[in-house]
Amino acid sequence: MQWETVIGLEVHAQLATKSKIFSGASTAYGAAPNTQACNVDLAFPGVLPVLNREAVNCALKFGVAVGAEIGKRSVFARKNYFYPDLPKGYQISQFELPIVGKGELTVELESGESKVIGITRAHLEEDAGKSLHEDFHGLSGIDLNRAGTPLLEIVSEPDMRSIKEAVAYARKIHQLVVYLGICDGNMQEGSFRVDANLSIRPYGQEAFGTRTELKNINSFRFLERALNYELERQIDVVEGGGRIVQETRLYDADKDETRSMRSKEEANDYRYFPDPDLLPVEIDESLLEQIRDEMPELPTAKLQRFIQTYALGEKEANALTASRPLADYFEAVVNAGGETKIAANWVTMELGGALNKAGLNLANSPVSPEQMGGLLKRIADKTISGKIAKQVFEAIWNGEGDADTVIKAKGLKQITDTGAMEPIVDEIIANNPKQVEQFRAGKEKLLGFFVGQVMKATRGKANPEQVNELLLKKLKA
Amino acid sequence: MSLDRSDIEKIAHLARMAVDEDRIEGYATDLSNILGLVAQMDDVETDDVTPMAHPLHMAQRLRVDEVTEVNRREDFQAIAPKVESDLYLVPKVIE
Repeated sequence: MQWETVIGLEVHAQLATKSKIFSGASTAYGAAPNTQACNVDLAFPGVLPVLNREAVNCALKFGVAVGAEIGKRSVFARKNYFYPDLPKGYQISQFELPIVGKGELTVELESGESKVIGITRAHLEEDAGKSLHEDFHGLSGIDLNRAGTPLLEIVSEPDMRSIKEAVAYARKIHQLVVYLGICDGNMQEGSFRVDANLSIRPYGQEAFGTRTELKNINSFRFLERALNYELERQIDVVEGGGRIVQETRLYDADKDETRSMRSKEEANDYRYFPDPDLLPVEIDESLLEQIRDEMPELPTAKLQRFIQTYALGEKEANALTASRPLADYFEAVVNAGGETKIAANWVTMELGGALNKAGLNLANSPVSPEQMGGLLKRIADKTISGKIAKQVFEAIWNGEGDADTVIKAKGLKQITDTGAMEPIVDEIIANNPKQVEQFRAGKEKLLGFFVGQVMKATRGKANPEQVNELLLKKLKA
Repeated sequence: MSLDRSDIEKIAHLARMAVDEDRIEGYATDLSNILGLVAQMDDVETDDVTPMAHPLHMAQRLRVDEVTEVNRREDFQAIAPKVESDLYLVPKVIE
């Protein structure tokens, strides 16, 4: 039997606000336990939630970016369940009237094709606290710093038909929320979490199969592995004559498997109802207009512009627009005088490699875009060769000043004066009579040997084209 | 709509309430009567009425995104039943 995979994803993006969604407590990551949980987060009697304007703006930015219908009037609801890291006994979320309605996202696939994935909705909600199940004399420890942190839950349609599509969609949503500046995207810290719904059905069948929900996935690599495992498991169950049970399964990265957490039969009656502590949120047209005006250039538009404006290939442009800081850095290099093709190469390869090796990112790059532009200008005007440029780059990296300073201080200026080059070439020809003879007998490959000798003698400073020309002239004379 | 024994048991479980066995029938009757009372509204024509999420005809006020709360962990934990390593301790909920 040929099985078709059906996947839908729920993404929880932690919104990049300073304070919580309903209280003035800080959302900063990594604080000492329970130092950022105020009386609203702790559900003290008599406290009231007040909605954070910035959380609303973040949700609207996302909605506009995916061309969604915006809920002009959205309502917060209580989702009731008992768990110790949820002090109120309910999570404030949105149910019937979410702030962001139907939208869509175009995802580029590895094959070069693209596919439109439907977004069902995106709603605002608060995060819960954290339970630590290490042993405290048979008890669990609760840290409520995270309680009340604003989340945007982004729900996709079950539109993905392969694991690759699901991973591509998740990456695209990640890129988008980071571009929009509404989420820091840090998956290790839990700022971006993915839950996946997967089911299988025989090819050609229209009705969906029973799905399972996978939780606890904190990287794209794990998403792929969890889905692979779950797909195999479901096929095994069905082909072995069994039935898939609708349930939530936890992904265990260490064992690379999914395990049943709870079946839907026993729980999940959340008894949603509108939260009487919060009034409906009304979005007026002027706010939406402002959000649209302030919308940054989105990844797909930037990619197209990079290809057209800078005459880059799709692969280069893709690499450069993968993140906004990288794209901004590249444009700053070009503005500082770097030729686009060379700049693309240097930013992604040389700088990217060096940053990677040093464990740094662009924000704390020792080489500024202006310095990089200055360096590339000297390659373009042939002051230095590409090879010497790497040496100059290293010096700039080490804080020895900008390109011109380094070139001057180290005497790296390319020798373009044939008069200065000629005695060196003559000497090398005189010192290698055997090779000269072989060359003249037709072994023209030896030209490379002579070029190498000249480069060595000039410590790489000779202009390679001129060396070639001069050597040929002398050898063929 | 009328509720039977199993509905009452389920509701009680969801609310984490212990209910005396011999009072379940009585609750079922009382709650069914309340639902019957509310069900009278099904007869009202509501096609042109916007569902109301809140009895106040006002929109939610929004707050500026600023940190206004200070750390008051000491105060809060002073009244907690059990605290260790700055954490609130609770009975284990998973095996």
